[in-house]
Amino acid sequence: MSSDATPPVLKLHGVSAGYGRIRALHGIDLEVRRGQIVTLLGANGAGKTTALKTISALVRASAGSVLFEGRDITGLRASEIARLGLVHVPEGRHILRGLSVRENLELGAFTVRDPAVRQERMREVFGLFPVLDHRQHQDGSLLSGGEQQMLAIGRALMQGPKMLLLDEPSMGLAPKLVLDTMRIVKRLNQAGTTILLVEQNARLALRLADYGYVLESGEIRMQGPAAALRADRSIVQAYLGE
Amino acid sequence: MSLLDILAHQLLNGLVLGSFYALVALGYTMIFGVIKLLNFAHGDLYMVGGFIGFIVLSAISSVVGGGWFGIFIAMLLSMLAVGFLGVVIERIAYHPMLSAPRLSILITALAVSLVLQNTALALTNGQYTAFRSDLGFGGITLGGLFITYNQMVLVAAAAVLMIALEFFVTHTQYGRAMRAVAVDADMCELLGINVAAVIGVTFFIGSALAAAAGTMAGAYYGSLWYFMGFLIGLKAFTAAVIGGIGSIPGAMLGGLVLGLLEALGTQIPGIGSEWKDVFSFAVLILVLVFKPTGLLGRSEQERM
Ligand SMILES: Nc1ncnc2c1ncn2[C@@H]1O[C@H](COP(=O)(O)OP(=O)(O)OP(=O)(O)O)[C@@H](O)[C@H]1O
Ligand SMILES: [Mg+2]
Repeated sequence: MSSDATPPVLKLHGVSAGYGRIRALHGIDLEVRRGQIVTLLGANGAGKTTALKTISALVRASAGSVLFEGRDITGLRASEIARLGLVHVPEGRHILRGLSVRENLELGAFTVRDPAVRQERMREVFGLFPVLDHRQHQDGSLLSGGEQQMLAIGRALMQGPKMLLLDEPSMGLAPKLVLDTMRIVKRLNQAGTTILLVEQNARLALRLADYGYVLESGEIRMQGPAAALRADRSIVQAYLGE
Repeated sequence: MSLLDILAHQLLNGLVLGSFYALVALGYTMIFGVIKLLNFAHGDLYMVGGFIGFIVLSAISSVVGGGWFGIFIAMLLSMLAVGFLGVVIERIAYHPMLSAPRLSILITALAVSLVLQNTALALTNGQYTAFRSDLGFGGITLGGLFITYNQMVLVAAAAVLMIALEFFVTHTQYGRAMRAVAVDADMCELLGINVAAVIGVTFFIGSALAAAAGTMAGAYYGSLWYFMGFLIGLKAFTAAVIGGIGSIPGAMLGGLVLGLLEALGTQIPGIGSEWKDVFSFAVLILVLVFKPTGLLGRSEQERM
Protein backbone atom coordinates (compact mmCIF):
# COMPACT_ATOMS: atom_id res chain seq x y z
CA MET A 1 0.00 0.00 0.00
CA SER A 2 1.10 3.54 -0.44
CA SER A 3 3.04 4.47 2.59
CA ASP A 4 4.57 7.91 2.44
CA ALA A 5 7.74 6.57 4.03
CA THR A 6 9.00 4.86 0.84
CA PRO A 7 10.24 7.29 -1.80
CA PRO A 8 8.42 7.00 -5.12
CA VAL A 9 10.04 4.92 -7.87
CA LEU A 10 8.37 7.10 -10.47
CA LYS A 11 7.40 10.69 -9.99
CA LEU A 12 5.85 13.10 -12.48
CA HIS A 13 5.94 16.73 -11.56
CA GLY A 14 3.86 19.24 -13.54
CA VAL A 15 4.28 17.31 -16.79
CA SER A 16 2.78 18.83 -19.93
CA ALA A 17 3.01 17.38 -23.42
CA GLY A 18 1.29 17.40 -26.78
CA TYR A 19 1.55 16.82 -30.49
CA GLY A 20 2.56 19.91 -32.41
CA ARG A 21 0.04 22.53 -31.43
CA ILE A 22 -2.35 20.05 -29.81
CA ARG A 23 -1.94 20.04 -26.01
CA ALA A 24 -2.73 16.62 -24.57
CA LEU A 25 -1.38 16.83 -20.99
CA HIS A 26 -1.65 19.87 -18.74
CA GLY A 27 0.80 19.73 -15.87
CA ILE A 28 0.06 16.38 -14.29
CA ASP A 29 1.53 15.14 -11.01
CA LEU A 30 1.71 11.42 -10.38
CA GLU A 31 3.60 9.04 -8.11
CA VAL A 32 4.20 5.32 -8.08
CA ARG A 33 5.87 3.62 -5.14
CA ARG A 34 8.01 0.50 -5.22
CA GLY A 35 6.01 -2.69 -5.48
CA GLN A 36 2.74 -0.93 -6.22
CA ILE A 37 0.24 -1.36 -9.01
CA VAL A 38 -1.05 2.08 -9.87
CA THR A 39 -3.78 2.48 -12.46
CA LEU A 40 -4.41 5.44 -14.72
CA LEU A 41 -8.05 5.69 -15.76
CA GLY A 42 -9.90 8.01 -18.08
CA ALA A 43 -12.19 8.21 -21.08
CA ASN A 44 -10.99 7.85 -24.67
CA GLY A 45 -8.72 10.73 -25.57
CA ALA A 46 -8.15 11.74 -21.94
CA GLY A 47 -4.39 11.52 -22.43
CA LYS A 48 -3.49 8.18 -20.81
CA THR A 49 -1.36 6.95 -23.70
CA THR A 50 0.27 10.36 -23.98
CA ALA A 51 1.18 10.20 -20.30
CA LEU A 52 2.93 6.84 -20.74
CA LYS A 53 4.65 8.03 -23.93
CA THR A 54 5.91 11.10 -22.15
CA ILE A 55 7.35 9.00 -19.34
CA SER A 56 9.16 6.75 -21.81
CA ALA A 57 10.23 9.75 -23.96
CA LEU A 58 8.42 8.76 -27.15
CA VAL A 59 6.77 12.15 -26.67
CA ARG A 60 8.79 15.10 -25.32
CA ALA A 61 7.56 16.81 -22.18
CA SER A 62 7.05 20.50 -22.91
CA ALA A 63 7.09 21.30 -19.21
CA GLY A 64 7.69 19.55 -15.90
CA SER A 65 9.93 16.66 -14.99
CA VAL A 66 9.91 12.89 -14.74
CA LEU A 67 11.96 11.21 -12.02
CA PHE A 68 12.77 7.49 -12.00
CA GLU A 69 14.38 6.12 -8.85
CA GLY A 70 15.15 9.66 -7.83
CA ARG A 71 16.93 10.49 -11.08
CA ASP A 72 15.65 13.11 -13.52
CA ILE A 73 15.05 11.26 -16.79
CA THR A 74 13.29 14.06 -18.68
CA GLY A 75 15.30 14.59 -21.85
CA LEU A 76 16.92 11.15 -21.98
CA ARG A 77 16.46 9.12 -25.16
CA ALA A 78 13.71 6.49 -25.05
CA SER A 79 16.32 3.74 -25.39
CA GLU A 80 18.27 5.12 -22.44
CA ILE A 81 15.16 5.11 -20.28
CA ALA A 82 14.37 1.53 -21.29
CA ARG A 83 17.90 0.54 -20.29
CA LEU A 84 17.28 1.91 -16.80
CA GLY A 85 14.64 -0.79 -16.36
CA LEU A 86 11.61 1.44 -16.94
CA VAL A 87 9.90 -0.56 -19.64
CA HIS A 88 6.92 0.60 -21.71
CA VAL A 89 4.61 -1.96 -23.34
CA PRO A 90 2.75 0.30 -25.77
CA GLU A 91 -0.88 0.31 -26.78
CA GLY A 92 -1.47 -2.03 -29.71
CA ARG A 93 1.41 -4.38 -28.83
CA HIS A 94 3.71 -3.42 -31.71
CA ILE A 95 4.99 -6.89 -32.50
CA LEU A 96 7.84 -6.56 -35.00
CA ARG A 97 6.48 -7.82 -38.31
CA GLY A 98 8.71 -10.10 -40.32
CA LEU A 99 10.61 -11.20 -37.22
CA SER A 100 9.88 -14.53 -35.60
CA VAL A 101 8.50 -14.88 -32.09
CA ARG A 102 11.95 -15.87 -30.93
CA GLU A 103 13.58 -12.91 -32.66
CA ASN A 104 11.09 -10.55 -31.07
CA LEU A 105 12.07 -11.96 -27.68
CA GLU A 106 15.79 -11.82 -28.50
CA LEU A 107 15.45 -8.14 -29.32
CA GLY A 108 13.84 -7.59 -25.94
CA ALA A 109 17.20 -8.59 -24.50
CA PHE A 110 19.12 -6.41 -26.98
CA THR A 111 21.08 -4.74 -24.23
CA VAL A 112 21.96 -8.02 -22.49
CA ARG A 113 25.47 -8.99 -23.63
CA ASP A 114 25.64 -12.38 -21.90
CA PRO A 115 23.90 -15.05 -24.03
CA ALA A 116 23.46 -17.24 -20.95
CA VAL A 117 21.36 -14.54 -19.30
CA ARG A 118 19.32 -14.20 -22.51
CA GLN A 119 18.72 -17.94 -22.57
CA GLU A 120 17.70 -17.95 -18.93
CA ARG A 121 15.21 -15.13 -19.41
CA MET A 122 13.81 -16.80 -22.49
CA ARG A 123 13.27 -20.00 -20.49
CA GLU A 124 11.37 -17.99 -17.89
CA VAL A 125 9.19 -16.36 -20.55
CA PHE A 126 8.46 -19.73 -22.16
CA GLY A 127 7.58 -21.04 -18.70
CA LEU A 128 5.09 -18.23 -18.26
CA PHE A 129 3.74 -18.45 -21.83
CA PRO A 130 4.23 -21.99 -23.20
CA VAL A 131 2.42 -21.07 -26.42
CA LEU A 132 5.29 -18.75 -27.34
CA ASP A 133 7.66 -21.69 -27.05
CA HIS A 134 5.54 -23.71 -29.48
CA ARG A 135 5.35 -20.84 -31.97
CA GLN A 136 8.86 -19.50 -31.59
CA HIS A 137 9.72 -19.77 -35.29
CA GLN A 138 6.51 -18.21 -36.56
CA ASP A 139 6.30 -14.57 -37.68
CA GLY A 140 5.29 -12.74 -34.50
CA SER A 141 2.79 -10.54 -36.29
CA LEU A 142 0.82 -13.59 -37.41
CA LEU A 143 -0.05 -14.66 -33.85
CA SER A 144 -3.58 -14.20 -32.54
CA GLY A 145 -4.36 -11.08 -30.54
CA GLY A 146 -4.03 -12.88 -27.22
CA GLU A 147 -0.77 -14.53 -28.24
CA GLN A 148 0.57 -11.19 -29.43
CA GLN A 149 -0.19 -9.70 -26.04
CA MET A 150 1.72 -12.53 -24.37
CA LEU A 151 4.60 -11.88 -26.76
CA ALA A 152 4.53 -8.15 -25.99
CA ILE A 153 4.67 -8.83 -22.25
CA GLY A 154 7.22 -11.62 -22.69
CA ARG A 155 9.41 -9.30 -24.74
CA ALA A 156 9.19 -6.67 -22.01
CA LEU A 157 10.24 -9.29 -19.44
CA MET A 158 13.29 -10.07 -21.58
CA GLN A 159 14.34 -6.49 -20.85
CA GLY A 160 14.57 -7.29 -17.14
CA PRO A 161 12.20 -4.51 -16.05
CA LYS A 162 12.15 -2.90 -12.63
CA MET A 163 8.93 -1.17 -13.57
CA LEU A 164 6.39 -1.76 -16.34
CA LEU A 165 4.21 0.81 -18.08
CA LEU A 166 1.32 -1.23 -19.49
CA ASP A 167 -1.01 0.49 -21.97
CA GLU A 168 -4.34 -1.36 -22.26
CA PRO A 169 -2.91 -4.88 -22.19
CA SER A 170 -6.40 -6.35 -22.43
CA MET A 171 -7.48 -4.34 -25.46
CA GLY A 172 -9.36 -6.41 -27.98
CA LEU A 173 -9.17 -9.64 -26.00
CA ALA A 174 -11.98 -12.06 -25.20
CA PRO A 175 -13.29 -11.80 -21.61
CA LYS A 176 -11.47 -14.92 -20.46
CA LEU A 177 -8.19 -13.63 -21.89
CA VAL A 178 -8.76 -10.29 -20.19
CA LEU A 179 -8.87 -12.09 -16.85
CA ASP A 180 -5.78 -14.13 -17.75
CA THR A 181 -3.92 -10.95 -18.61
CA MET A 182 -4.88 -9.37 -15.30
CA ARG A 183 -3.71 -12.48 -13.44
CA ILE A 184 -0.36 -12.21 -15.18
CA VAL A 185 -0.09 -8.54 -14.24
CA LYS A 186 -0.77 -9.50 -10.64
CA ARG A 187 1.81 -12.25 -10.78
CA LEU A 188 4.52 -9.99 -12.19
CA ASN A 189 3.76 -7.50 -9.47
CA GLN A 190 3.98 -10.14 -6.77
CA ALA A 191 7.35 -11.12 -8.20
CA GLY A 192 8.50 -7.60 -7.45
CA THR A 193 7.80 -5.52 -10.55
CA THR A 194 6.25 -2.11 -10.00
CA ILE A 195 3.42 -1.41 -12.45
CA LEU A 196 1.66 1.59 -13.91
CA LEU A 197 -1.41 0.23 -15.67
CA VAL A 198 -3.66 1.99 -18.16
CA GLU A 199 -6.92 0.12 -18.57
CA GLN A 200 -10.27 0.59 -20.29
CA ASN A 201 -11.82 -1.81 -17.88
CA ALA A 202 -11.76 0.40 -14.77
CA ARG A 203 -13.58 -2.11 -12.62
CA LEU A 204 -10.92 -4.75 -13.14
CA ALA A 205 -8.07 -2.29 -12.89
CA LEU A 206 -9.26 -0.94 -9.57
CA ARG A 207 -9.61 -4.45 -8.22
CA LEU A 208 -5.97 -5.09 -9.08
CA ALA A 209 -4.45 -1.77 -8.19
CA ASP A 210 -3.31 -0.21 -4.93
CA TYR A 211 -3.87 3.32 -6.06
CA GLY A 212 -5.59 5.07 -8.95
CA TYR A 213 -5.60 8.32 -10.87
CA VAL A 214 -8.42 9.57 -13.08
CA LEU A 215 -7.38 11.63 -16.06
CA GLU A 216 -9.80 13.95 -17.85
CA SER A 217 -8.85 16.16 -20.81
CA GLY A 218 -5.19 15.95 -19.89
CA GLU A 219 -5.63 16.80 -16.20
CA ILE A 220 -5.74 14.65 -13.09
CA ARG A 221 -9.35 14.89 -11.89
CA MET A 222 -9.26 12.51 -9.00
CA GLN A 223 -6.91 10.18 -7.19
CA GLY A 224 -6.89 7.89 -4.21
CA PRO A 225 -6.51 4.36 -2.93
CA ALA A 226 -8.18 1.94 -5.32
CA ALA A 227 -10.74 0.86 -2.74
CA ALA A 228 -11.82 4.46 -2.18
CA LEU A 229 -12.13 5.12 -5.91
CA ARG A 230 -14.23 1.98 -6.28
CA ALA A 231 -16.58 3.31 -3.66
CA ASP A 232 -16.80 6.78 -5.21
CA ARG A 233 -20.19 7.21 -6.89
CA SER A 234 -19.01 9.68 -9.55
CA ILE A 235 -16.30 7.32 -10.74
CA VAL A 236 -18.63 4.40 -10.70
CA GLN A 237 -20.99 6.38 -12.89
CA ALA A 238 -18.39 7.75 -15.26
CA TYR A 239 -16.23 4.69 -15.80
CA LEU A 240 -17.69 1.62 -14.16
CA GLY A 241 -21.38 1.74 -15.01
CA GLU A 242 -21.44 -0.22 -18.25
CA MET B 1 29.95 -19.62 -81.96
CA SER B 2 26.65 -21.41 -81.82
CA LEU B 3 23.57 -19.61 -80.58
CA LEU B 4 23.76 -21.66 -77.40
CA ASP B 5 27.34 -20.55 -76.79
CA ILE B 6 26.35 -16.93 -77.32
CA LEU B 7 23.53 -17.30 -74.83
CA ALA B 8 25.82 -18.96 -72.28
CA HIS B 9 28.36 -16.23 -72.79
CA GLN B 10 25.73 -13.55 -72.21
CA LEU B 11 24.45 -15.38 -69.15
CA LEU B 12 27.94 -15.20 -67.73
CA ASN B 13 28.23 -11.49 -68.50
CA GLY B 14 24.82 -11.01 -66.93
CA LEU B 15 25.93 -12.83 -63.82
CA VAL B 16 28.94 -10.54 -63.41
CA LEU B 17 26.92 -7.41 -64.09
CA GLY B 18 24.14 -8.70 -61.85
CA SER B 19 26.61 -9.21 -58.99
CA PHE B 20 27.57 -5.54 -59.16
CA TYR B 21 23.94 -4.46 -59.36
CA ALA B 22 23.05 -6.69 -56.42
CA LEU B 23 25.84 -5.35 -54.19
CA VAL B 24 24.82 -1.76 -54.84
CA ALA B 25 21.09 -2.54 -54.66
CA LEU B 26 21.59 -4.07 -51.20
CA GLY B 27 22.75 -0.77 -49.76
CA TYR B 28 19.91 1.03 -51.50
CA THR B 29 17.34 -1.28 -50.02
CA MET B 30 18.88 -1.43 -46.50
CA ILE B 31 19.05 2.34 -46.24
CA PHE B 32 15.52 2.67 -47.55
CA GLY B 33 14.48 0.16 -44.92
CA VAL B 34 15.78 2.05 -41.91
CA ILE B 35 15.08 5.67 -42.86
CA LYS B 36 12.70 5.37 -45.84
CA LEU B 37 15.09 7.41 -47.96
CA LEU B 38 15.91 6.71 -51.61
CA ASN B 39 19.56 7.53 -51.20
CA PHE B 40 20.37 8.95 -54.64
CA ALA B 41 23.97 9.43 -53.52
CA HIS B 42 24.41 5.69 -53.13
CA GLY B 43 25.68 5.08 -56.67
CA ASP B 44 28.29 7.77 -56.14
CA LEU B 45 29.68 5.84 -53.17
CA TYR B 46 30.30 3.02 -55.65
CA MET B 47 32.32 5.52 -57.70
CA VAL B 48 34.22 6.79 -54.65
CA GLY B 49 34.84 3.18 -53.63
CA GLY B 50 36.34 2.47 -57.04
CA PHE B 51 38.72 5.42 -56.82
CA ILE B 52 39.78 4.70 -53.25
CA GLY B 53 40.33 1.05 -54.12
CA PHE B 54 42.51 2.12 -57.03
CA ILE B 55 44.50 4.59 -54.94
CA VAL B 56 45.11 1.99 -52.24
CA LEU B 57 46.11 -0.62 -54.80
CA SER B 58 48.59 1.79 -56.41
CA ALA B 59 50.10 2.42 -52.99
CA ILE B 60 50.43 -1.22 -51.94
CA SER B 61 50.91 -3.11 -55.21
CA SER B 62 54.70 -2.99 -54.90
CA VAL B 63 54.36 -4.97 -51.68
CA VAL B 64 51.39 -7.28 -52.24
CA GLY B 65 51.25 -7.27 -56.03
CA GLY B 66 48.51 -6.03 -58.33
CA GLY B 67 46.68 -9.33 -58.67
CA TRP B 68 43.52 -10.45 -56.94
CA PHE B 69 45.22 -10.57 -53.55
CA GLY B 70 46.26 -6.92 -53.80
CA ILE B 71 42.82 -6.00 -55.11
CA PHE B 72 41.27 -7.88 -52.21
CA ILE B 73 43.29 -5.83 -49.69
CA ALA B 74 42.46 -2.63 -51.59
CA MET B 75 38.80 -3.58 -51.60
CA LEU B 76 38.74 -4.16 -47.82
CA LEU B 77 40.37 -0.79 -47.12
CA SER B 78 38.08 0.93 -49.59
CA MET B 79 35.06 -0.69 -47.91
CA LEU B 80 36.26 0.58 -44.55
CA ALA B 81 36.86 4.13 -45.81
CA VAL B 82 33.62 4.40 -47.77
CA GLY B 83 31.71 2.77 -44.91
CA PHE B 84 32.84 5.60 -42.66
CA LEU B 85 32.10 8.13 -45.39
CA GLY B 86 28.55 6.77 -45.53
CA VAL B 87 28.20 7.14 -41.75
CA VAL B 88 29.51 10.70 -41.89
CA ILE B 89 27.14 11.61 -44.73
CA GLU B 90 24.21 10.23 -42.74
CA ARG B 91 25.25 12.14 -39.61
CA ILE B 92 25.83 15.46 -41.34
CA ALA B 93 23.34 15.50 -44.18
CA TYR B 94 20.46 13.12 -43.42
CA HIS B 95 20.22 12.88 -39.65
CA PRO B 96 19.17 16.50 -39.09
CA MET B 97 16.49 16.04 -41.77
CA LEU B 98 14.86 12.88 -40.42
CA SER B 99 11.83 14.66 -39.02
CA ALA B 100 11.55 17.07 -41.96
CA PRO B 101 9.16 16.37 -44.85
CA ARG B 102 10.24 13.46 -47.05
CA LEU B 103 10.91 15.69 -50.04
CA SER B 104 13.54 17.71 -48.16
CA ILE B 105 15.67 14.70 -47.39
CA LEU B 106 15.31 13.43 -50.96
CA ILE B 107 16.64 16.75 -52.24
CA THR B 108 19.45 16.52 -49.68
CA ALA B 109 20.39 13.14 -51.15
CA LEU B 110 20.55 14.68 -54.62
CA ALA B 111 22.79 17.40 -53.23
CA VAL B 112 25.12 14.85 -51.62
CA SER B 113 25.27 13.05 -54.96
CA LEU B 114 26.27 16.27 -56.73
CA VAL B 115 28.93 17.04 -54.12
CA LEU B 116 30.51 13.59 -54.51
CA GLN B 117 30.38 13.69 -58.31
CA ASN B 118 31.77 17.17 -58.59
CA THR B 119 34.56 16.50 -56.11
CA ALA B 120 35.61 13.55 -58.24
CA LEU B 121 35.20 15.66 -61.37
CA ALA B 122 37.48 18.35 -59.98
CA LEU B 123 40.10 15.84 -58.89
CA THR B 124 40.18 13.97 -62.19
CA ASN B 125 39.44 16.80 -64.62
CA GLY B 126 36.62 14.68 -65.92
CA GLN B 127 39.08 12.24 -67.50
CA TYR B 128 38.80 8.48 -67.46
CA THR B 129 41.32 6.96 -65.07
CA ALA B 130 42.84 3.64 -66.06
CA PHE B 131 42.52 1.13 -63.19
CA ARG B 132 45.92 -0.49 -63.57
CA SER B 133 46.24 -3.98 -62.12
CA ASP B 134 47.99 -7.21 -62.95
CA LEU B 135 44.89 -9.23 -63.62
CA GLY B 136 45.51 -11.87 -66.24
CA PHE B 137 43.18 -13.18 -68.89
CA GLY B 138 43.37 -16.85 -68.03
CA GLY B 139 40.39 -19.06 -67.57
CA ILE B 140 38.81 -22.41 -68.29
CA THR B 141 36.77 -23.63 -71.22
CA LEU B 142 33.47 -25.34 -70.52
CA GLY B 143 32.10 -26.69 -73.78
CA GLY B 144 32.02 -23.66 -76.03
CA LEU B 145 32.13 -21.24 -73.11
CA PHE B 146 35.27 -19.53 -71.88
CA ILE B 147 35.08 -18.46 -68.24
CA THR B 148 37.88 -16.24 -66.99
CA TYR B 149 39.31 -16.64 -63.53
CA ASN B 150 38.49 -13.00 -62.98
CA GLN B 151 34.82 -13.67 -63.57
CA MET B 152 34.88 -16.61 -61.19
CA VAL B 153 36.68 -14.72 -58.43
CA LEU B 154 34.37 -11.76 -58.81
CA VAL B 155 31.12 -13.70 -58.69
CA ALA B 156 32.43 -15.76 -55.77
CA ALA B 157 33.46 -12.62 -53.86
CA ALA B 158 30.05 -11.07 -54.39
CA ALA B 159 28.41 -14.28 -53.21
CA VAL B 160 30.58 -14.40 -50.08
CA LEU B 161 29.68 -10.80 -49.25
CA MET B 162 25.99 -11.49 -49.70
CA ILE B 163 26.11 -14.67 -47.60
CA ALA B 164 27.94 -12.74 -44.87
CA LEU B 165 25.28 -10.04 -44.99
CA GLU B 166 22.50 -12.60 -44.81
CA PHE B 167 24.18 -14.17 -41.77
CA PHE B 168 24.57 -10.76 -40.13
CA VAL B 169 20.96 -9.87 -40.70
CA THR B 170 19.48 -13.13 -39.41
CA HIS B 171 21.92 -14.24 -36.72
CA THR B 172 23.23 -11.17 -34.93
CA GLN B 173 21.47 -8.79 -32.57
CA TYR B 174 22.44 -5.78 -34.70
CA GLY B 175 21.19 -7.51 -37.81
CA ARG B 176 17.85 -8.27 -36.19
CA ALA B 177 17.71 -4.72 -34.91
CA MET B 178 18.28 -3.46 -38.44
CA ARG B 179 15.25 -5.36 -39.69
CA ALA B 180 13.26 -4.27 -36.65
CA VAL B 181 14.08 -0.58 -37.10
CA ALA B 182 12.82 -0.87 -40.67
CA VAL B 183 9.44 -2.00 -39.30
CA ASP B 184 8.96 0.07 -36.15
CA ALA B 185 11.69 2.42 -34.97
CA ASP B 186 9.75 3.71 -31.93
CA MET B 187 9.21 0.18 -30.64
CA CYS B 188 12.93 -0.47 -31.04
CA GLU B 189 13.72 2.53 -28.85
CA LEU B 190 11.36 1.13 -26.21
CA LEU B 191 13.36 -2.10 -26.31
CA GLY B 192 16.50 -0.16 -25.43
CA ILE B 193 17.84 -0.19 -28.99
CA ASN B 194 19.68 2.99 -29.94
CA VAL B 195 18.03 3.53 -33.31
CA ALA B 196 20.53 6.18 -34.38
CA ALA B 197 23.35 3.68 -33.88
CA VAL B 198 21.52 1.03 -35.89
CA ILE B 199 21.01 3.53 -38.71
CA GLY B 200 24.74 4.28 -38.57
CA VAL B 201 25.65 0.60 -38.82
CA THR B 202 23.26 0.23 -41.76
CA PHE B 203 24.88 3.11 -43.62
CA PHE B 204 28.30 1.65 -42.91
CA ILE B 205 27.44 -1.76 -44.31
CA GLY B 206 25.46 -0.45 -47.28
CA SER B 207 28.22 1.98 -48.26
CA ALA B 208 30.93 -0.65 -47.78
CA LEU B 209 29.10 -3.03 -50.13
CA ALA B 210 28.91 -0.29 -52.78
CA ALA B 211 32.66 0.29 -52.36
CA ALA B 212 33.34 -3.43 -52.77
CA ALA B 213 31.40 -3.40 -56.03
CA GLY B 214 33.16 -0.22 -57.16
CA THR B 215 36.65 -1.60 -56.53
CA MET B 216 35.90 -4.92 -58.21
CA ALA B 217 34.18 -3.29 -61.18
CA GLY B 218 37.06 -0.85 -61.59
CA ALA B 219 39.57 -3.69 -61.64
CA TYR B 220 37.41 -5.87 -63.88
CA TYR B 221 36.48 -3.28 -66.51
CA GLY B 222 39.80 -1.45 -66.11
CA SER B 223 38.65 2.15 -65.86
CA LEU B 224 37.12 4.70 -63.50
CA TRP B 225 35.13 7.84 -64.18
CA TYR B 226 33.56 10.47 -61.91
CA PHE B 227 30.15 9.81 -63.45
CA MET B 228 30.28 6.00 -63.25
CA GLY B 229 28.05 5.93 -60.16
CA PHE B 230 25.13 7.63 -61.82
CA LEU B 231 23.91 4.89 -64.10
CA ILE B 232 24.67 2.03 -61.70
CA GLY B 233 22.82 3.99 -59.03
CA LEU B 234 19.77 4.10 -61.26
CA LYS B 235 20.18 0.43 -62.13
CA ALA B 236 20.61 -0.56 -58.50
CA PHE B 237 17.52 1.43 -57.62
CA THR B 238 15.70 -0.40 -60.42
CA ALA B 239 16.99 -3.73 -59.12
CA ALA B 240 15.91 -2.91 -55.58
CA VAL B 241 12.41 -1.99 -56.74
CA ILE B 242 12.16 -5.07 -58.96
CA GLY B 243 13.09 -7.22 -55.98
CA GLY B 244 10.86 -5.27 -53.60
CA ILE B 245 12.34 -2.17 -52.00
CA GLY B 246 13.26 -2.82 -48.36
CA SER B 247 13.75 -6.54 -48.94
CA ILE B 248 17.34 -7.80 -48.69
CA PRO B 249 16.83 -11.07 -50.58
CA GLY B 250 14.80 -8.97 -53.03
CA ALA B 251 17.78 -6.75 -53.76
CA MET B 252 20.02 -9.75 -54.40
CA LEU B 253 17.43 -11.31 -56.69
CA GLY B 254 16.57 -8.02 -58.39
CA GLY B 255 20.23 -7.32 -59.12
CA LEU B 256 20.82 -10.72 -60.66
CA VAL B 257 17.57 -10.65 -62.62
CA LEU B 258 18.36 -7.22 -64.00
CA GLY B 259 21.93 -8.16 -64.91
CA LEU B 260 20.79 -11.31 -66.69
CA LEU B 261 17.90 -9.64 -68.47
CA GLU B 262 20.14 -6.87 -69.73
CA ALA B 263 22.77 -9.24 -71.02
CA LEU B 264 20.22 -11.49 -72.69
CA GLY B 265 18.12 -8.57 -73.89
CA THR B 266 20.94 -7.39 -76.10
CA GLN B 267 20.62 -10.67 -78.02
CA ILE B 268 17.01 -10.16 -79.00
CA PRO B 269 16.97 -9.29 -82.72
CA GLY B 270 16.39 -5.57 -83.16
CA ILE B 271 17.61 -4.72 -79.65
CA GLY B 272 21.28 -3.89 -79.75
CA SER B 273 23.40 -3.20 -76.71
CA GLU B 274 22.73 0.52 -77.11
CA TRP B 275 19.15 -0.27 -76.09
CA LYS B 276 20.02 -2.13 -72.91
CA ASP B 277 19.24 0.74 -70.53
CA VAL B 278 15.88 1.26 -72.18
CA PHE B 279 15.36 -2.47 -71.80
CA SER B 280 16.01 -2.49 -68.04
CA PHE B 281 13.79 0.49 -67.33
CA ALA B 282 11.05 -1.09 -69.43
CA VAL B 283 11.37 -4.15 -67.19
CA LEU B 284 11.04 -1.87 -64.18
CA ILE B 285 7.83 -0.38 -65.55
CA LEU B 286 6.42 -3.82 -66.27
CA VAL B 287 7.17 -5.00 -62.73
CA LEU B 288 5.61 -1.85 -61.29
CA VAL B 289 2.49 -2.42 -63.36
CA PHE B 290 2.02 -6.10 -62.60
CA LYS B 291 3.57 -6.43 -59.14
CA PRO B 292 3.97 -2.98 -57.62
CA THR B 293 5.52 -4.37 -54.43
CA GLY B 294 8.33 -6.07 -56.36
CA LEU B 295 9.14 -9.75 -56.64
CA LEU B 296 9.77 -10.33 -52.92
CA GLY B 297 8.24 -7.19 -51.42
CA ARG B 298 5.43 -7.15 -48.93
CA SER B 299 2.29 -5.19 -49.57
CA GLU B 300 1.46 -2.30 -47.29
CA GLN B 301 -1.76 -3.95 -46.19
CA GLU B 302 0.13 -6.77 -44.52
CA ARG B 303 1.58 -4.26 -42.10
CA MET B 304 -1.63 -3.86 -40.16
N1 LIG C 1 -0.09 11.26 -32.71
C1 LIG C 1 -1.00 12.21 -32.37
N2 LIG C 1 -1.09 13.36 -33.06
C2 LIG C 1 -1.96 14.31 -32.70
N3 LIG C 1 -2.80 14.21 -31.67
C3 LIG C 1 -2.77 13.09 -30.93
C4 LIG C 1 -1.86 12.03 -31.25
N4 LIG C 1 -2.05 11.03 -30.35
C5 LIG C 1 -3.02 11.47 -29.52
N5 LIG C 1 -3.46 12.69 -29.86
C6 LIG C 1 -4.49 13.48 -29.16
O1 LIG C 1 -4.09 13.65 -27.82
C7 LIG C 1 -5.17 13.44 -26.95
C8 LIG C 1 -4.86 12.37 -25.95
O2 LIG C 1 -4.72 11.13 -26.65
P1 LIG C 1 -4.28 9.78 -25.95
O3 LIG C 1 -3.98 8.82 -27.03
O4 LIG C 1 -3.24 10.08 -24.97
O5 LIG C 1 -5.61 9.37 -25.20
P2 LIG C 1 -5.96 8.02 -24.41
O6 LIG C 1 -6.42 8.43 -23.08
O7 LIG C 1 -4.85 7.07 -24.47
O8 LIG C 1 -7.19 7.49 -25.25
P3 LIG C 1 -7.65 5.96 -25.58
O9 LIG C 1 -8.40 5.47 -24.40
O10 LIG C 1 -8.55 6.12 -26.76
O11 LIG C 1 -6.44 5.17 -25.89
C9 LIG C 1 -6.38 13.16 -27.83
O12 LIG C 1 -7.09 14.33 -27.98
C10 LIG C 1 -5.78 12.72 -29.13
O13 LIG C 1 -6.61 13.09 -30.21
MG1 LIG D 1 -4.58 5.19 -25.30
